[in-house]
Amino acid sequence: MNFATEQIDTRTAVIRPQGRLTMTSTAALRSLVTETVESGHTHVVVDLEATEFIDSSGLGALVSGLKTCRQAGGDLRIARPGAQVRTVLELTNLDRVLRPAATVRGALGG
Amino acid sequence: MNAARYPERHRHRRPKAANRAFVRVLVVLTLSLGVNYLVWRWLESVNWSVWWIALPLVIAETYSLVDAFLFGITMWRMKERGEPPSPSPDATVDVFITTYNEPIDMVMTTARAARGIRFPHRTWVLDDGARPEMRAAAEEAGIGYLTRDPSWENMPRHAKAGNLNNALMQTDGEFLMILDADQIPEPEILDRTLGWFRDPEVALVQTPQFFTNVTASDPLGSQAPLFYGPIQKGKDGWNAAFFCGSNAVLRREALMQLGLAEYVRQVERSLRQVLRTSASLLSTARREAAGQGPQVRVALDEVSEAVRQARRELGAPRSSFSEVTYRFRQRVDEASRGVVHADVAALARDLEELGELGPAGSSGGEPGGDGQIAPAVLDEEALARLSTREMSPLNALSSVRALVDAVDVSRADEAQPIMPMATLSVTEDMATAMRLHGMGWRSVYHHEILATGLAPEDLGTMLHQRLRWAQGTLQVMLKENPLVQRGLAWGQRLMYFATMWSYLSGFFAVVYLVAPVVFLCFDIRPVVSYGPDFLLRLIPYLVFNQLLFLVIGYGKRTWRGTQYSLALFPLWIRATWTAFANVCFGRPLGFVVTPKTKQARARPPWRLVWPQLTAMALLALSAVTGTLRYLLGVADFDLLSLVVNLFWVLFDLVILSVVISAATYTGPESEEQKVAETL
Repeated sequence: MNFATEQIDTRTAVIRPQGRLTMTSTAALRSLVTETVESGHTHVVVDLEATEFIDSSGLGALVSGLKTCRQAGGDLRIARPGAQVRTVLELTNLDRVLRPAATVRGALGG
Repeated sequence: MNAARYPERHRHRRPKAANRAFVRVLVVLTLSLGVNYLVWRWLESVNWSVWWIALPLVIAETYSLVDAFLFGITMWRMKERGEPPSPSPDATVDVFITTYNEPIDMVMTTARAARGIRFPHRTWVLDDGARPEMRAAAEEAGIGYLTRDPSWENMPRHAKAGNLNNALMQTDGEFLMILDADQIPEPEILDRTLGWFRDPEVALVQTPQFFTNVTASDPLGSQAPLFYGPIQKGKDGWNAAFFCGSNAVLRREALMQLGLAEYVRQVERSLRQVLRTSASLLSTARREAAGQGPQVRVALDEVSEAVRQARRELGAPRSSFSEVTYRFRQRVDEASRGVVHADVAALARDLEELGELGPAGSSGGEPGGDGQIAPAVLDEEALARLSTREMSPLNALSSVRALVDAVDVSRADEAQPIMPMATLSVTEDMATAMRLHGMGWRSVYHHEILATGLAPEDLGTMLHQRLRWAQGTLQVMLKENPLVQRGLAWGQRLMYFATMWSYLSGFFAVVYLVAPVVFLCFDIRPVVSYGPDFLLRLIPYLVFNQLLFLVIGYGKRTWRGTQYSLALFPLWIRATWTAFANVCFGRPLGFVVTPKTKQARARPPWRLVWPQLTAMALLALSAVTGTLRYLLGVADFDLLSLVVNLFWVLFDLVILSVVISAATYTGPESEEQKVAETL
């Protein structure tokens, strides 16, 4: 599992998990979000386009990331989930908290 | 290994279809006879002239019949699973040993045995006491050591459930096995249980709890051969095998899904609740703000509007909580920006009035041009920063701060947003399993002793433990009544309800104790007749009930369990009452962690069982009084009624007598010592 990060501006960053976001990679994602927020990028978009698969632990890491961002006064959004990710989001009702955006730009707006 | 101590430690027998059919016939007969008796009781034999005892008695008998029904339904589908499938070789497993304050030696004995489990795994000691010497011992033995991470500071800790939830976030095995600090596992425990997870819908495999520090007569009733046997097998038949907190393997994915679903539910619930109560929060804020400038009032109006808007948005079907709360927060920031603007403008006016001021004073933001300090000194960014959550002047109003903190999706009041193990009850296991079942997961009861532990060795400790279990079960019943939980099949609802129902027995036990006493002493007969009408209906019912019990409990020591279900009536009443007061009025349970080590004491703790001793004295006294009154011819009853009630008293006394042997029991070592001394 790899994570690409891109800084959009002084307060916004995009994280792109590549591959399978499962229980073995969630610790890495959690600490990456924490680092990103600590560096001042409190608005984080997790771009899931290259994420092939996510399990509940992966979703759990997204929620802890959301908590980290919110506590720093920012927000965490998700964008471009594939069919599998979308299914899991709906299964757990988590789409009511993390509403997926169709594009990264869409996730940034609003 | 002493074979006598491991009566059930043998390979599974083939399912016996004939046995099951026989049990079903007995169930049908018992329940038909029971209904026949109870119908007669309600319609023809309640002595309404003494309704204060007659009505409670017939209600108590109805309670018992419902109990028999639930037991019958449980036995109807008793499931003998046989040999387990072999485990998938690439399964990854974390073994968790939970501890709080148990002796290091005890924990390490368990931990070393856990390390020795054959199937590849990692072993962790979950030390909620964060003891340095525990860490040192674990690390020396090459065993993982986990304690709460810093996010738990000043947060609700949720006891064992919290300890496990913390560990779940720090580990990543596909499966987790939970062991209490005293539960020593056999090396083959994972080989024998993991195979059941080949069914992808299985979330839980529970094995029996068996105690090694218990004498054959088991005065404290620690072994539960009926529960870890026919009852669990029966529940398993309805896909409702219970999770009992230890000696169980769980699927991480199932727990995490549960945690996520629960998180969404909690977020929605607390959002709706805070928005509902926001009106009173805002009027408090207005009172707090009295005397502040008009801008603050304007800002508070804007916050009110933001609340209204959030409520409206939340009302929309499948609205996003994240967006609703984010927009709410932005609107509040805007409102506070208005206050900042006004403050800064006032500041600038004051400065202007003071006249010229040097440019050196400008702090942050772009330089102020020609040295004049104007509101423009504070650029957008600085303004924004001054009005954010931490800096906002509205924060001075504690009620606004409380409101804004609560309208969020990050569960700021908990250490972790995701809590896979249910935290709604003092016993996390039952609630967790019920929710797993509600989400469609399956559970397995694997009937083979694969871990052995230590039971309480004195009455006080045992009573605490029973009280905690009863309170936990009743809490779940009151907070999440299984009969109305969506997602559960009817069989599962009844299986959960059956266990909860059985804990309500305390009140009815009192009635069973009082009824013969008032009859023998005061001629008060709650039943119109104790004659043939009564006996011809009651005796067949009782006989078949006992026969059913005998067949199901064949070869097991079930008598202790029967005794305690009645004899602990003061405890069941206390559990019911405290759980009710806790759930309905938020009163504390007065609950203590179960000590795993023996409490030192000098004399038998009679005061712990004074209600039972009083009841026994009254029963004995009433037997003598009744007999004398009959012989002297001053009683208003015939010989048959006397005999029926004397039998009743005798039964009560035999049941209650267990508390005497329990109070004088001093643990297995001293029992063996006594035996040695007499030889």
